[in-house]
Amino acid sequence: MATPNVPLWEVFIRSRNGLAHKHVGSLHAADATLALQAARDIYTRRGEGLSIWVVPSNAITASDPTEKGMMFEPAESKIYRHPTFYDVPDEVGHM
Amino acid sequence: MYTQALNSSDGDDRGVEDVARASQFQARIDADERIEPNDWMPAAYRKTLTRQISQHAHSEIVGMLPEGNWITRAPSLRRKAALLAKVQDECGHGLYLYAAAETLGTSREELVDAMLSGKAKYSSIFNYPTLTWADIGTIGWLVDGAAIMNQIPLCRCSYGPYARAMIRVCKEESFHQRQGFEIMVTLCRGTAEQKAMAQNALDRWWWPVLMMFGPPDQVSQHSDTSTKWKIKRFSNDELRQKFIDATVPQAEFLGLTIPDPGMKQNENGNWVHSPIDWDEFKQVLAGNGPCNRDRLAARRKAHEEGAWVREAAMAYAEKRKSRQLAQAAE
Repeated sequence: MATPNVPLWEVFIRSRNGLAHKHVGSLHAADATLALQAARDIYTRRGEGLSIWVVPSNAITASDPTEKGMMFEPAESKIYRHPTFYDVPDEVGHM
Repeated sequence: MYTQALNSSDGDDRGVEDVARASQFQARIDADERIEPNDWMPAAYRKTLTRQISQHAHSEIVGMLPEGNWITRAPSLRRKAALLAKVQDECGHGLYLYAAAETLGTSREELVDAMLSGKAKYSSIFNYPTLTWADIGTIGWLVDGAAIMNQIPLCRCSYGPYARAMIRVCKEESFHQRQGFEIMVTLCRGTAEQKAMAQNALDRWWWPVLMMFGPPDQVSQHSDTSTKWKIKRFSNDELRQKFIDATVPQAEFLGLTIPDPGMKQNENGNWVHSPIDWDEFKQVLAGNGPCNRDRLAARRKAHEEGAWVREAAMAYAEKRKSRQLAQAAE
């Protein structure tokens, strides 16, 4: 008999005070409580985190990396969104 | 996680507050720990931050109006593209900030409605008109310059989501000030008429910009607790002074005169300004500035005219969901 699937979860960890949670990997667990415990055991064995989020993997909608050209094209040509595009005379100092 | 866990207030921080928890909370603040959405916090901390962050968000959104006024009339394609990008950024900043405010448990819709009904405030500065192209330069140079002074310390504010939003905002804001200053440099190196236009804009914006930092320290009603909670790290007057000291040499470089003949440099090198007309500030906050009614009317119109888009998007999402359910059932 085939082994039944166990749901997949994505794990996010806040590594330090004040930082945002960052994706660290995924794991399989039957429910959210077990997923949190498993995340602790898998991803924070050396005190890597202050807080953990687990999110069902199927709740994540992702952009298609093979279409990144089209996806991010609008930002490519807009060099005027960067501060270095503007001339501020050296005498004025940092701005 | 934010919406589920936070949109319901569980009541444990309303009413009689647990003294032990409050002192534990203050100890965390004193140790420079960041407070995160799911942490316990005093009701007044939540309320103060909801007010401050949402006002900040409203200011970004309303702030799009005075500058948007000049997009179609920018003097060159370069200037037009830059101004368009800047106004887009302001919108983005408003959205980062609304998202941060929402983590405190008030929904986006409630926050926006409070602004549209006139109940929630936004920065007094956006109730002044942009009469000439030089106003766009002056806004970038001074209004964004003042905003940066205010916002850099907020990157270390005790509330995590607000601090992180401010880091993003500050990174992007630098382009705004530089593009404004570039406009000013160009005008001041231009014809006598262009330079006069730059001076006229400075004359009109200088005092309202100084008011952006808020009432003087002796009368500021929110400062004490905000300082204790490390929401505010510098007082209104300290920030105002820092801003003036940074701006005076820039005006000198441009060859423009700051419209305060009484301004003097003290022995520490700080520029001491003449008294500010706080009655004007009060009038603008009370809704009687030159553009208050226009600004609110423009926001309400945009909100009403966008209603069908919000409805259509929700209806479409519903339709797709039921279609998928029907297909799954087959």
